[in-house]
Amino acid sequence: MQSSLSISVSPHTSLTVQRSNRNALEPLAFAPPSKPLNLRFCGLTREALGLSSLRRNSDSFRFRLSSSARVRRADKFFVSASLSDNGSPPKTFDYDLLIVGAGVGGHGAALHAVEKGLKTAIIEGDVVGGTCVNRGCVPSKALLAVSGRMRELQNDHHLKALGLQVSAAGYDRQGVADHANNLASKIRNNLTNSMKALGVDILTGFGTILGPQKVKVGSDKVVTAKDIIIATGSIPFVPKGIEVDGKTVITSDHALKLESVPDWIAIVGSGYIGLEFSDVYTALGSEVTFIEALDQLMPGFDPEIGKLAQRVLINPRKIDYHTGVFATKITPAKDGKPVTIELIDAKTKEPKDTLEVDAALIATGRAPFTHGLGLENINVATQRGFVPVDERMRVIDSNGNLVPHLYCIGDANGKMMLAHAASAQGISVVEQVTGRDHVLNHLSIPAACFTHPEISMVGLTEPQAREKAEKEGFEISIAKTSFKANTKALAENEGEGLAKLIYRPDNGEILGVHIFGLHAADLIHEASNAIALGTRIQDIKLAVHAHPTLSEVLDELFKSAKVKAHVSAPVSEPIAV
Amino acid sequence: MASSFSFLSRPPFSNASISFSSSLSSGSLQQLFLPSSSYSPFPSNNSARRILTVRSKIREIFMPALSSTMTEGKIVSWVKSEGDRLSKGESVVVVESDKADMDVETFYDGILAAIVVPEGESAPVGSPIGLLAETEEEIAEARAKAASKSPPSTPKAVTPSPPPPISSPAPAIAQPPPSPAKPVSDGPMKIVATPFAKKLAKQHKVDIDSVVGTGPFGRITPADVEAAAGITPSKSMGTNAGSKIAETVPLKPASPVTAPPPIPGSTVVPFTTMQAAVSKNMVDSLSVPTFRVGYPVTTDALDALYEKVKPKGVTMTALLAKAAAMALVQHPVANATCKEGKSFTYNSSINIAVAVAIDGGLITPVLQDADKLDLYLLSEKWKELLKKARAKQLQPNEYNSGTFTLSNLGMFGVDRFDAILPPGQGAIMAVGASKPTVVADADGFFSVKSKMLVNVTADHRIVYGADLAAFLQTFAKTVENPESLTL
Repeated sequence: MQSSLSISVSPHTSLTVQRSNRNALEPLAFAPPSKPLNLRFCGLTREALGLSSLRRNSDSFRFRLSSSARVRRADKFFVSASLSDNGSPPKTFDYDLLIVGAGVGGHGAALHAVEKGLKTAIIEGDVVGGTCVNRGCVPSKALLAVSGRMRELQNDHHLKALGLQVSAAGYDRQGVADHANNLASKIRNNLTNSMKALGVDILTGFGTILGPQKVKVGSDKVVTAKDIIIATGSIPFVPKGIEVDGKTVITSDHALKLESVPDWIAIVGSGYIGLEFSDVYTALGSEVTFIEALDQLMPGFDPEIGKLAQRVLINPRKIDYHTGVFATKITPAKDGKPVTIELIDAKTKEPKDTLEVDAALIATGRAPFTHGLGLENINVATQRGFVPVDERMRVIDSNGNLVPHLYCIGDANGKMMLAHAASAQGISVVEQVTGRDHVLNHLSIPAACFTHPEISMVGLTEPQAREKAEKEGFEISIAKTSFKANTKALAENEGEGLAKLIYRPDNGEILGVHIFGLHAADLIHEASNAIALGTRIQDIKLAVHAHPTLSEVLDELFKSAKVKAHVSAPVSEPIAV
Repeated sequence: MASSFSFLSRPPFSNASISFSSSLSSGSLQQLFLPSSSYSPFPSNNSARRILTVRSKIREIFMPALSSTMTEGKIVSWVKSEGDRLSKGESVVVVESDKADMDVETFYDGILAAIVVPEGESAPVGSPIGLLAETEEEIAEARAKAASKSPPSTPKAVTPSPPPPISSPAPAIAQPPPSPAKPVSDGPMKIVATPFAKKLAKQHKVDIDSVVGTGPFGRITPADVEAAAGITPSKSMGTNAGSKIAETVPLKPASPVTAPPPIPGSTVVPFTTMQAAVSKNMVDSLSVPTFRVGYPVTTDALDALYEKVKPKGVTMTALLAKAAAMALVQHPVANATCKEGKSFTYNSSINIAVAVAIDGGLITPVLQDADKLDLYLLSEKWKELLKKARAKQLQPNEYNSGTFTLSNLGMFGVDRFDAILPPGQGAIMAVGASKPTVVADADGFFSVKSKMLVNVTADHRIVYGADLAAFLQTFAKTVENPESLTL
């Protein structure tokens, strides 16, 4: 579906005016679109045209629109004839950019859109901040901050080595829960205020796509926008057969409220979420049983890092695990019986075991929250709930064609389910709609797991890199450094850890970096920035690091790499995915 | 404590090499692992069946040298457990060097038959840390070998049958009601143990099936396992209890309840190695049923003899040790050892250990063959031992080879006391001070004699009351007629 601009009016009319004469449009922004209004609208804009100068990015809009309009010439008469029809695009728009979902992805996109001069609105059906701020990264960091301190205070051996004496550490569950809750509301307010201050309209209600460039907010309000970003995020995924009661069988949403600390909790899934919660629960005195469908714990991590992490984060703690099993049925505790978990073999499907525990946390991943979004109105079929997109986050319809002016970022597209990835995708989309083509390199997006110590990574894992190397016919090498050799880590008495670099020895390209150790999540950015900017090892190894700092772990890592090419190419280009 | 691995008589390294899971870019790593040493220490049935290869293939896994400076390595973890099948190239064990933790791989297919050096312990480079069997039949053979190899001072090492003696006394002490937990779970009795309980059971080699669960729904808790293993509950349990308090009384700051709170201002001084060893021995002694028999001994003659031989360098300790040794010759059962509650082990020599207080500790230098050496040699030997003890230079066999212990607190004016029998010995003698005492003889005449009280603690599994009384009688006679001591 295309805008109606090219049918009788010159291509630059309504668009450029709307962009440049916002004041004239403002009072009309929330009026339901109707024929007379739209006609007056056109009149207004025509008058206003003379007053404004064309902006550079408006030019590019016009160009893009007219070129795409050519392709869809056949629709035009129909389109102009039925302006009030939901299936047709409006002629003029309430906003330049409308974002459905005010999570971290939507927020990042909104801020960047304002910076680029777009009139922006953001729709939120729940609370501003989305999963990350309210039910994810943010409150979990509060709990992990507590668990980290508990661990330190409980580790007599460690304290003694530092010459410290601490008598038994204890905690107040409600106090810990309040800390997490307070942090979430603080960040939520920051987020809301930052958008308000910049003039982003926050529209309350669930957004439903009615047709091209048209979204219904709540039950009756209809808003139009030139470009729309879907950023509706995700919800915890609960496999069938598992009955969540929110008390003894819970998801991360419940767990973050920390309403209880069970003596023994089973965690289904050993990814980031499961691992972080195991860190929290064991620090607070619980025993943990992991249930993992794959044959190894921590399946997403580089195998070597996973192995080391298991040695430090699992084996010495009060944790055991069942791998290669599915939890087919989980029944909450009731009638004086504990939570029961039925396990079957992941391969043979034979019943394997039944566990009886005090609580079960379902951390089997997250499912996109796209139901009721009205995607059927624009002929888009989700794939397992995810909105299909191309590498520029443009939504693909069920015929495999791009849906114009519609983008999807973040967990809803499932490309990389991380808050900062959503934000980066949003910024990338804003770059595109403001006339600068941009493709986000997902291999430069770092990820971190905030256990104690932390795990972080960027780029490819070793098996992925080996596969790629074989396919494309290049060689790879591995370099490793230990935190044991780092002065700062030893001063902290936290020498446990490893940094691993996967690179091409022929040209010094960094393929992946994986860190397990003290403050790994903060250390990864030197590597992720290098990948994003295309910096080669032979160049970055000459950079200077303050001594003594943990960053020297990476310094040493880069220095220990053996690159054959000593002179870097004059132009180093980022590598797109 | 890196225990002594002096037992290792290792075969020459051949095929020495080490490999890691991926190529390491740093450091100069050389060296050896899993040399192919094939030998058959025990002629086994199955080897007879084979016609071509008579030798069985049990390979030793050695502590690899991960750097040129490494002399000793610590086992961080065993990636594989006993009984696991290994294939060439798989990681078997993680070893900590001065620089990093390294995964060490096997170069042979086989079965990890026995772990000789458990996790967390150290071993010198080149010493065997595990055994690799080629076939299942050889596992038992390898384990027998491992048992003979495992250092005697390491209680964790593979020993023939530790679980029954460890786990059985605990229920007897705790006496939990037989089945209080049962009604909760229906269906067939299923053993449910928490993750930490399982870990502890493995660590302390407690058979989890034999532990009675007292937790919710009859599950076995870490405390149950600790009780079964006869150790005091770990203090980290306090945290959880703390949370429970916080649950019910939200405004009150949580505090652990299992241990009494330390008195403010108290200082915590961790045990030295020696103190830890003493502590362990004392706790171990609780598994031995002991009894005590006291006996008054007249020492006038001994005192007179002492005055005579003192100028020649003879000490009272040597006199008493000699007297005890001579009495033990006639009563070998008091010099015996009870091995695992099954048999008398009569020791071939009489080695008198004498308890000595040294700065911040307690040690028992041993006068070996005290019955055979004469008084003067014994005194000389004793002086030498004391000097070494002060300099902390005693060799293990100079303090742990005792068969009978002598403890004397007489010099402090103590008139009688009670000694704890050290594990592995049959009896210990506690000697009080000799002091003038009014005695009446058979005719009713009063006289004043020097008397001292000796009190012997013995293992009643092997030494019975009459044995001990007879031994004491002999000892008293020897002391009261001390001429034989100088012979």
